[in-house]
This record gives sequence, C-alpha cells and structure tokens, in this order.
Amino acid sequence: MGKAFSRPKSLSDNYTHYCPGCTHGIVHRLVAEAIDDLGIRGRTVGIAPVGCAVLAYNYFTCDFQEAAHGRAPAMATGIKRVRPDLIVFTYQGDGDLASIGMGEIIHAANRGEKFTTIFINNAIYGMTGGQMAPTTMPGQRATTAPMGRDTDQTGMPIRMANLLGELVTPGYVTRQAVLNPKQINKTKKAIKKAFEYQVEGKCFSFVEVISTCPTNWGLTPIDALKWAKDTLLPYYELGDYKVPE
Amino acid sequence: MAKVLMKGNEAIGEAAIRAGCKNYFAYPITPQSEVAEYLAKRMPEVDGVFLQGESEVAVGYMIFGAAGAGERVMTTSSSPGISLMSEAISYIAAAQCPAVFVNIMRGGPGLGGILPSQGDYFQATKGGGHGDYRLLVLAPDGVQEAVEMTMKAFTLAEKYRGPVMILGDGLIGQMMEPVEFPDDLKTEPTNKDDWATSGMSTRKSNKRNLVRSLFLDPKELNDNNLALKAKYEQMKKEEVLYEGYNTDTDYSILIVSYGTMSRVCKTSIDMMKQEGIEVGLLRPKTLFPFPEKEIFKASTKESCKSVISIEMSMGQMVEDVERCVKGQRKVDFYGECGGDIPAPETIINIIKGLL
Repeated sequence: MGKAFSRPKSLSDNYTHYCPGCTHGIVHRLVAEAIDDLGIRGRTVGIAPVGCAVLAYNYFTCDFQEAAHGRAPAMATGIKRVRPDLIVFTYQGDGDLASIGMGEIIHAANRGEKFTTIFINNAIYGMTGGQMAPTTMPGQRATTAPMGRDTDQTGMPIRMANLLGELVTPGYVTRQAVLNPKQINKTKKAIKKAFEYQVEGKCFSFVEVISTCPTNWGLTPIDALKWAKDTLLPYYELGDYKVPE
Repeated sequence: MAKVLMKGNEAIGEAAIRAGCKNYFAYPITPQSEVAEYLAKRMPEVDGVFLQGESEVAVGYMIFGAAGAGERVMTTSSSPGISLMSEAISYIAAAQCPAVFVNIMRGGPGLGGILPSQGDYFQATKGGGHGDYRLLVLAPDGVQEAVEMTMKAFTLAEKYRGPVMILGDGLIGQMMEPVEFPDDLKTEPTNKDDWATSGMSTRKSNKRNLVRSLFLDPKELNDNNLALKAKYEQMKKEEVLYEGYNTDTDYSILIVSYGTMSRVCKTSIDMMKQEGIEVGLLRPKTLFPFPEKEIFKASTKESCKSVISIEMSMGQMVEDVERCVKGQRKVDFYGECGGDIPAPETIINIIKGLL
C-alpha cells in the first residue's frame, strides 16, 4: 500500500519553536504544500519577517532571506525585479506588516509587484510578548494596553485585506482563516492560487490568514480558536477582496 | 575611448552600467537626482532594472534583496537619504552581500542644505547604522575619479562580499568635466553559488542558501563579527589609496584633505609655491581604510612643522588625522560647512597663519 500522507518536501522535519496551539505550523504546511504541488521549490525564495516567523527558514527547505522589521515586501521587490524567474514570497505577521511595514506593503501591492505575501493576523505581537498591534481588537488586552485597547487613543483595528482590496492596481487579495478543517482547506486553495498567479506572472497576491496566539491571548488552544471565531471573524470578514480578471 | 563632457551624477550612472551593473533602485533627493533621471532612461536601453522606490528605507531593502539574490546592484542618494538607508546597510554588512551605495553629500544636520558638504564623514566611516561593521569608502575628487571608483566599487563589493560607498560632495555630482570610461575596470561577476538566494535548482549543489543577519547563539554572532573584522583588516592591508601632492619638497605644512576640498587646496599650494612657500598635501582616496601609516610618515618628515585637516565640515576627518599623527606634530583644522567651498585665498591665509 502506498503512502497516503507525508511531510511536504518544502518543509523540514525540525521541531518548531512555535507555542503549543499556535496556527503558524498549519500555515507553514499549507505554503509548503503549494510549493510542492506547483513544483517550484528549486526556484522559490522566501522572505522571513521579524516576529515569531523570523526563524521560518528553519522549517522551509527553499532559499530564504531574512528581512528587517516590516521590510520584507521591499526585499521581495528587489529580488523579483532582478530575477523575475524566481518565485518570491514574504511571510509576515501583523506587527511586521500592518504597523512598521505598512508603507512597504502598500507600495509593493500598488506597484503590482509579482510576488506573494502570506499575512498572519493574530491581533497581537507574538515574539516580543503580547504587545498591542494595529490589528488588536477594541478592548482586547495586550501588554502595552493593560486595560484593553482604547480606540479613542489608538483608533480601530486595521483591516489589511480591505485596505489592499481598495487599490486600483490589479491583484489577488483574500482573507482566510485556519480555525477549523473547512477553513484550512479553503486557505490551502487560496495560498495555492496566490502562488499560481505569481507563476503565471499575473499580479501581486496577498493571503491574510486569521490565526491564533493562545500564549499571548492567555487562552488555551481550544478557547483561542473559539475567541478568534467569536471576536475576530465578525470584524475581519473572510473572502476575496480583489481577484484579477 | 574618446572623452565626453558629462555631469558627475550622470557619469556615475553610466559608470555603473559600464561596470556591468544592470540593477538600480533609488529615491529622488537633491543634489543627486540626475543619477536616477539618467538611469530611468538608460537602464531600459540595456535591458536593465530601474525602479523608483517609495522611500530610501524601502530602497535600502530592495538593494538588500537584489544583492542577496546575487545580482550587481547600486543605489545613489544624498545625506538625509543615506541616514534612512543606514538601517539596510547594517543588515547588508551583517548578511555579507555585495552592494554599491553612492552618497553625494549635502549639508546637514537635519535637512541642512542642498549645497556641497563633507558632513557625512563620520556616518560613512564610523558606522551610520547599528552594530560592528565598516563600509569601504571611496572618495573621488572629480568626475573622472567618480567614474573609476564607481566601476571599481562593484569589484571591491564582490571581493569583500559587503557594501561599498562612494562618498562625494555635491559638487562632484553637479559639475561637468571631460570623462572617459576605462573598459579594463569592468570585471566578471564572482560566482555566488555558495551563498546567494539564486534559486536552488540553478546551482550544482542543489543545497539551499540563506541570507540572514540574526545569530541568536552568542558564539555564532561572535564568529560572524570576527569574520567581518577579518575582512576589514584585509581592507586595511590591501585597499588603502591616497595621493601625495607636492610632497617631494621640503614642505613646512602638511594639508590633509579629500574630495572637492583637496582640489582647492592644490590650487592654494601652487599659488604659495610661486611665493616660495612649500606646502604638501596628502589626499586620502579611501576614507576607510584610512591611509594611517602614510599620514604618519608624511607628517613626521623633518621639514614638516605642523599638519592641518581642511574639510567642508565642522571637523570630522581631523580626528582620524590626529590619531595617525600620534602627537608627533600639532594638528590644526579649518572647515566651512554652509555650502560655500573655501576659496584658495582663504586657505592661503589660514596656512600663512600657521607658518
């Protein structure tokens, strides 16, 4: 009997440093599966962000560069412009992409840079220890918002997929989640589609993934999934925000 | 090849192409925007890449990405823009990627002014960005040397796998001079298969490459810094460039000066010679590595009574000159930094005051 299920070639067999219940592992696997399915590992370059996924290159088995905080889209632009034959993706969290790296992501998307961004939105800074992110929900506690996010002082959470969906430049922009198997399957399809658009040289592609951070939310992994479903999904609506013609 | 009359900024752009660099990312800033304007037109003619980034911060990382992928790449900017790129320069140095940065200096601090300055000597030679790194810094004194140094910079960047800076003042970028592009300065790119993210399948080993600057293990970080230090020590041995002017005479004063300022000093030296006053000039062509031994030797010549560092700054290189002279002679300083370049007569008055 043949093997029915195995580790993607694009994923190493290292133990990850991610916390128990964190959904980074799921998204890593989906990205690796897409790279395997399309047979592009040999010409793929990933860009690691600053944040929990800074060590992503320990888990992926393709070429990798490591960016400064928020600058991954600029690095991806540099690589893709000088080597259009390479497949380039950035893997960024919400502090990295929606706070310090807002300028880089908006302009890369607006130029229609032909790379792929995987955006992990878990509404908090993970690596540095649970500080408030631009995506933190109103009233949500964070180490730098101990009384909960005060929107009078800090504004409302930024919806990146909505924002990038508003750009006139063609692109693929979608928001998915990995809170249950059905969502995971849809996210897998979206990630693969995002890479396909790049392989075709079609457009910039952006997959926002609603994820969990049980450690910094102070919840068990199961409760974190429930909290994300009840609190994040009503505000961060899933679906496509832009699809190329 | 015949000489052509070109503006410094445009000549730097052309020099990059002649050196085999087909990738240029930049953000406009006076007084060097002509490099970008020139290459916006010229890069497409050679199937090269021109991209105007959204900021100098982003451009720094476009350079990092392209360099990490193993391609020859350059950007140009001016002082405030280089401050913004300094973050990326630190990362590029740490990750050991070859890249060429050109700083056509304007006055500072802050927005300062748009006229020529040498106020970024500290920034270029002592760090600029964070951490233990050095830039190899070449300082041209005119358009021809700017061309030659730009071309050589790509070879040096690859030799040392790190960032190289051309440090010119605004006048170098803005003035027109006859210039030629020596073909023999173009070199073949080095093989980058053992480190660049060029795509695994393009390499024989099929081993993946990482371009990174994070070393959480103290030993690994220390080792990386030691590897960088070894390169800087090698630069000190192999790359020091300088010019002596009127140094074969029994000069009583030694001027140390670089860039546009050194050319004014040469005029002053010629004028004083007519009056029977001998003054020598030592012009560093590399600011890092600095011509330490050469300055010590020239300053301790028996006839030499004192040394003066003349700069378009408030006194930056003078600290290195003092370090090199090791207290053997008095070291004076003269500088202006509003954007007016001191006239030969001004320099002569200063020198005569020292006699």
